Amino acid sequence: MVSVKEIQGAAGLSGDQLLDIYYKMLLARTVGQRERMLNRMGKGPFAVTGEGHEATQVGTAFPLKPGYDWVVPYYRDIGVALTIGQSPRDLLLAHLSRADDISSGGRNMPSHFSDPHLRIVSGSAPVATHLPHGAGIALASKLRGLDEVTIVYTGDGGTSTGDCHEAMNFAGVHKLAVIFVIENNQYAISVPTRKQFAVEDVSTRAEGYGFPGVTVDGNDVLAVYAAAKDAIERARRGDGATLIEAKTYRLVPHTSDDDDRRYRSREEVEQWTARDPLVRYRGWLKEYNVADERKLDGLHEQAAREVDEATEEAESAPTPKPESALTHVFVED
Amino acid sequence: MPEKTMVEAIRDAMFEEMKRDDRVIVMGEDVGEGGVFRATEGFVAEFGEDRCMDTPLAESCIVGAAIGASLNGIIPIAEIQFADFSHPAFDQIVSEAARLHYRSNGTWSCPIVVRTPYGSGIHGGPYHSQSIEAFYAHVPGLKVICVASPYDAKGLLKSAIRDPNPVIFLEHKKAYRAFRQDIPDEDYTIPIGQAETKREGTDISLITYGMMTHHSLKAAETVEQENGASVEVIDLRTVSPWDKERVLESVKKTGKALIVYEDNITGGFGAEVAATIAQDAFEYLDGPVTRVASPDVPISPYSGILEEYILPNPEKIAEAIRKLAAY
Ligand SMILES: Cc1ncc(C[n+]2csc(CCOP(=O)(O)OP(=O)(O)O)c2C)c(N)n1
Repeated sequence: MVSVKEIQGAAGLSGDQLLDIYYKMLLARTVGQRERMLNRMGKGPFAVTGEGHEATQVGTAFPLKPGYDWVVPYYRDIGVALTIGQSPRDLLLAHLSRADDISSGGRNMPSHFSDPHLRIVSGSAPVATHLPHGAGIALASKLRGLDEVTIVYTGDGGTSTGDCHEAMNFAGVHKLAVIFVIENNQYAISVPTRKQFAVEDVSTRAEGYGFPGVTVDGNDVLAVYAAAKDAIERARRGDGATLIEAKTYRLVPHTSDDDDRRYRSREEVEQWTARDPLVRYRGWLKEYNVADERKLDGLHEQAAREVDEATEEAESAPTPKPESALTHVFVED
Repeated sequence: MPEKTMVEAIRDAMFEEMKRDDRVIVMGEDVGEGGVFRATEGFVAEFGEDRCMDTPLAESCIVGAAIGASLNGIIPIAEIQFADFSHPAFDQIVSEAARLHYRSNGTWSCPIVVRTPYGSGIHGGPYHSQSIEAFYAHVPGLKVICVASPYDAKGLLKSAIRDPNPVIFLEHKKAYRAFRQDIPDEDYTIPIGQAETKREGTDISLITYGMMTHHSLKAAETVEQENGASVEVIDLRTVSPWDKERVLESVKKTGKALIVYEDNITGGFGAEVAATIAQDAFEYLDGPVTRVASPDVPISPYSGILEEYILPNPEKIAEAIRKLAAY
């Protein structure tokens, strides 16, 4: 094995870290596939997953300090949740709405990640309403003199909302330590980005808010990581917000209720499958001798095993008590 | 005990809470300069711009950023300049603040107060006059308070700030400077969800809140001076949760219920009160559960003549009392 410090483009990551990133991406892929499978088997009524987004999600979340920095994800962010520290079991408990689902005890749809100990903030379904929350959390960090960083995720469709504008403007005015990640997978359900905004790179909007915006190849995990690390360091130094647009593609339908053949040609999907971020990163790891075939295959098996075990545990976990539906409307003091 | 107007009482409540707990901040449009109703006069000098923060003109973000800050150790009082302009923040209030605790199975909570002037009778036209309490009283997870007198406003605002839940605090703007009341020097709070019987009576229970409390008290006096009915006036003060027990107890005593509210009659909060009385005090009723409210037109037209025509006033309420008493 070479010392990866010398590898150009490894962004200063150690060999273990490079492989950890790969493993998180693998887990995200496997959990997504598993959730969609459980859905088809009739075990979970709904699945929304992020296959294809793994480089963007793991790459942006990896430089954060889990449990210290704040994470405000959206429904596609399985890779973010796993990188910050949720387990496949946590995600599958939510997928099957079990009583011990940490995110909501079976109250929210699956993939509405929440975990107070990890500072992953509960989200709702209206697109982009959580962007002002991210700005507000960062405002609190500033008022309290803490060097926490907040990262907020949304899709290309999310950029069209008023809340997106309001939150970015607020973050600019107060120079907040918040990073807005746009997972630009080129569609909002069926609506292509050319109908969403009239610019090539939506990151150019950042200029209007007074902070930097960057567009990265969202299928290149190390490029994403480098951009996120930069932004996180800037934020932690007190230099304010960054908008990161990661161009990527979802390799699966929008949700389990969607048929993407209506609006995406198979050729297009195939072209993007050829740029699969996992395949690409695997090639890179081999090329730079970080790991060999055997090692990488071993990680695949390990991820499959971990998700199998998590599935079994989640399936045999108790469902919520019906009358629990009446609790926690208010904080009782 | 100094006499204070309601807006002074509100200012004092916030000022004292900000002194008492440095997690409390105020954020909103123009609050740095004291706010358009002067509720935050002198706050920047005392607390600095970080704790009395002018925000961009973006209501959804005012509430949304307040929610976020509340997750991270701050207790924000979000001021919406007029209730009529809270609608852009409806999503943040209903989808986010109200549901956060429930949807996270009790693991996140959102201690914010959304303060806003509401109500008509000041020639505010259709966009500076609305009553919004029914929208939010409908939503589980929110507490909704309607105040129109200095003493209640101060005690309830303090409770709202100390409450771990999101609270919508509606201040009747016509009452801001219309009355003065003795306010104790020492700290006090009024429990959220507790009505007050503002006038004892034996023949009719009049249930109301907000500015209509004052009109109803006048009407009750008028009718009594005519040797008419003895009217008990209950000010709900909080519409969510509301004090069903006190209302039902009173109606069981008098056998008659008149509900007075300023909002449009259809689906206004008084409709809920009426339904509860009809169901839970049916055996005791000796007359129709009756409502006095505004007709179903946008509240309120700008012209004084039109506005006066629309809104309930002491005369209209007195008339309804006489009619119900004659039953
Ligand atoms: C306010 C709102 N409008 C519509 C929807 C329905 N909806 C759910 S996801 C979605 C598309 C979002 O696309 P994008 O932000 O690009 O994220 P992606 O799903 O592509 O990752 C729509 C229209 C919604 N959830 N919220």
